[in-house]
Amino acid sequence: MSVQDKIVEIIAEQAVLEPSDVSLEMGIEELGLDSMGLVETVFAIEENFDVSVPFNANDPSASDFDVSSVQSIVTAVEGLIAAKSA
Amino acid sequence: MKRVVITGQGTINALGNNVAQTIDAMANGKCGIGELEFPNADRLSIKIGGQIKNFDASERFSRQQLNFYDPFTQFALIAAEQAISQSGLVFDGELAEFSGVILGTAGGGLQTQDENYRSVYEDGKNRVHPFVVPRLMNNSAVSHVSMTHGLKGPCFTVSTACASSNHAMGQAFQMVQSGAAKAMITGGSESMLCFGGIKAWEGLRVMSNTGCRPFCASRDGMVQGEGAAVFVFEEYEHARVRGAEILAEVAGFAMSSDASDIVMPSVGGARRAIQGALNSAGLNPTDVGYINAHGTGTAANDKTECAAIKDALGDHAYNVMVSSTKSMHGHLIGGTGAVEMLACIAAIKDGVIAPTINLRDSDPECDLDFVPNEARQTSVDVAISNAFAFGGLNAVIALRKI
Repeated sequence: MSVQDKIVEIIAEQAVLEPSDVSLEMGIEELGLDSMGLVETVFAIEENFDVSVPFNANDPSASDFDVSSVQSIVTAVEGLIAAKSA
Repeated sequence: MKRVVITGQGTINALGNNVAQTIDAMANGKCGIGELEFPNADRLSIKIGGQIKNFDASERFSRQQLNFYDPFTQFALIAAEQAISQSGLVFDGELAEFSGVILGTAGGGLQTQDENYRSVYEDGKNRVHPFVVPRLMNNSAVSHVSMTHGLKGPCFTVSTACASSNHAMGQAFQMVQSGAAKAMITGGSESMLCFGGIKAWEGLRVMSNTGCRPFCASRDGMVQGEGAAVFVFEEYEHARVRGAEILAEVAGFAMSSDASDIVMPSVGGARRAIQGALNSAGLNPTDVGYINAHGTGTAANDKTECAAIKDALGDHAYNVMVSSTKSMHGHLIGGTGAVEMLACIAAIKDGVIAPTINLRDSDPECDLDFVPNEARQTSVDVAISNAFAFGGLNAVIALRKI
């Protein structure tokens, strides 16, 4: 499974949606993810990809990890995976 | 001062997943204690407990809920649902703002702590689930009961070891009695049956591996249990006007501290709590028909408790039925007073006097009527429930037929 597909699956589970209902341009609010759901998403991403996500729930927009849309999360995680193997 | 009555009760414990099953088990002297089943139980020297075995949390709660619900919260929610449903109360508007939740627990989310310590120390993992803190905190059960049922008044957790539930119910009683609340959801919950929970207790060398035999000369210690019981305490006029079924009146409550030893009980402290509860209810010692004893099955508790009952009730102590239902459901620590309140209500409401099972050999220091091995059917007007905690903290509640 690709990084993108896995992330869509994780987000869909947290948002209680089918993966087919999650598109890359969707934002966090559109997905119906609250702050707890977002923190759980970050945890699931860390567990699945064995990466450490720089995310602070106090102020999500201030961290380097861009959670504005599904696509931005996929891009950020791909970056973390690349950094890890570099 | 308002009168306070009980209009709902609920439970899950080793004897049953609701009140009817639990009282039926007590009436039949059934023992809920068996072999402990959880990870690493093979490394324990204590192998038995009153564990809840006919319960699948994933059938009762969603995955998202279970992320937030330690077993002690699950048990509290199940018991609270039953109690509130029986009471017929719906908490909205002004009633919601003048109703709250006070529950006892000693260990809180101990299983959550145990699992996550294992994960980071033993398994070497460097991250834990995001909701470990809201899952383990001692007020988690209270907060989830409050959120689930919309209770917006006074809500907090009481933690006084083995007296937690009685202290919690005493607080709830006083809040309704004083007029600060119309109804309170109260009782206690505990889920210490996990490797770390039992391992800690093993250290004290007070646990039995052969069974819980309160007041029996052969007793060799306590046996732990788990679960919850929750009640609806309601202002009498409020309950009467709406035609609610009243299970019993909460007539009095008292608490005392031994101020002497961190683990050894004292006759004087226990006696003062018993006398205080009767005084607070305006009852005489001769009014008491049934005592649900603390009755842990340790050498220290049982003889101290018998002496305290005799000091408090005088000669009438020999006329009173005294039983320890811990012999059947085990010691639920912070939840124990709540499950034992079920036996007091059954005595008053149904005339069912739960027995002390496993009572074979008489002990000259324990010579009261312990309702040995078989339940009795007889009418009781006043019952009291004793709880004497580590730390010397005592709490006794008196119930009266209404």
